[in-house]
Amino acid sequence: MEWRWDFTWEIMPKMLAATGNTLIAAGLGYAIAIVVGLMLALAQRTPYRPVTLMVREFVEFIRSTPLVLQIFFVYYVGPQFGINLSPWVAGMIAIGLHYSAYLSEVYRGGIESVPAGQWEACRSISLSTRDTYFRIIIPQALPPSVAGMGNYLVGIFKDTPMLSVIGVAELMHAANAIGGQHYRYLEPYTIVGVVFLLISLPSAGLIRAFETWVRRKLGMT
Amino acid sequence: MDNLSTFPLELPADDKPMVRFQNVTKRYGALTVLDNLNLDVAEGEMVTIIGPSGSGKTTVLRMLMLEQIQGGVIYVDGRPITHMNKGGKLIPASEKYIRVAREDVGMCFQHFNLFPHMTAIQNCMEGPVQVLGMSKKDARERSEELLELVGMIDKKDQHPSRLSGGQQQRVAIARALAMRPKVLLLDEVTSALDPEVIGEVTEVIKNLVTAHNLTIMMVTHQMGFAREISDRVCFFYGGRIEEQGSPAELFGNPRKERTQQFLSAVKSAD
Repeated sequence: MEWRWDFTWEIMPKMLAATGNTLIAAGLGYAIAIVVGLMLALAQRTPYRPVTLMVREFVEFIRSTPLVLQIFFVYYVGPQFGINLSPWVAGMIAIGLHYSAYLSEVYRGGIESVPAGQWEACRSISLSTRDTYFRIIIPQALPPSVAGMGNYLVGIFKDTPMLSVIGVAELMHAANAIGGQHYRYLEPYTIVGVVFLLISLPSAGLIRAFETWVRRKLGMT
Repeated sequence: MDNLSTFPLELPADDKPMVRFQNVTKRYGALTVLDNLNLDVAEGEMVTIIGPSGSGKTTVLRMLMLEQIQGGVIYVDGRPITHMNKGGKLIPASEKYIRVAREDVGMCFQHFNLFPHMTAIQNCMEGPVQVLGMSKKDARERSEELLELVGMIDKKDQHPSRLSGGQQQRVAIARALAMRPKVLLLDEVTSALDPEVIGEVTEVIKNLVTAHNLTIMMVTHQMGFAREISDRVCFFYGGRIEEQGSPAELFGNPRKERTQQFLSAVKSAD
């Protein structure tokens, strides 16, 4: 077996198109996770015991079961209850929810890092609970959360190949299809590895730069 | 829990102090921090609360602002703020009622607690815009006036991290005043400051007392300052007012033994 450049160039357009899908999947899943994660974090801080307990359990459940199981569950068990979802929709729900559980923990830590005096100051000017969170507490919880949020962005990106198990046409799925069709796996899988490496490697530096930017933007340096 | 029907729904016009604590009790678990406290503060009065740590002096202020009480009723400007009138009966106030009732009360803290992601003027504008619903333009004008009053107008576009402790505390005073409170609570506002900047904050407070007739309740460790500007000084001990009187009486001629001990202890520490 020997590396074939002509084959490499031949499959490249398909692989690049699939890379686009991988990025879209990671981006959509992350967008869901960012919003739902915040809702999960805030729900755990309401004064209603049953709500906080339920959300707490939900987060624990998601974090202690494998992502691939959750993907199968949404895609294959859903229809048995009359919920038919396309691979993309099912995949986005599964991976978005999965990462929302992790992001909720990041937010929770960020919110808890805001000093108690800030809450007292909000009360002292009679700020509503909503304004207290969205105007005072969350902006301050953001900078300490950026690093953790960035790690999970890389995490969700690297977990998108799991969506291939239900047929989402992302990079891994394309590599499998090409490999099966031509009986050559070396080139497609190598390309997958290189693409993930090229995108993941600079992300740590970018996240750090973003963190600095957020701090400066908020005047908190 | 006491029988709430013995408390008036509203204080009558001829007996309406700006602040009234009526039989107020506060407990943390088994620990009683305020024990059946009765305290009136008249409109425009400057009352200073002193006492050893753990005497409940800071708790008095926090009851007006931040925490629930286990017994009694607190009135501000004649209306209860800890309870609300429902069908002619007092019931414990809802979160929403408390928030509105508390708009009459402003507070400054030992550690300033400015919002670090906002400039000085944004800190001052936050309450008027978000809570009082003022236009940004009006809120800005009001905030500029107040920053002028506390001598911080030159720094209005600075974030707190660029300001000294004394400057931050002066902005915090402006932020509290921007809500046009009837009562201002000052909780050890000079305790976290370097000695050389304490003066700039006490000057601002003195100006408020003499020129603006605001009702102020202040907790402090600075006896000299308390003596200079208070109308009345309350010495707290064990969750009760052990002794109170004019600064001249309380500092010059304390009658109770605990007051004498406390004052001689802080004097020798000075």
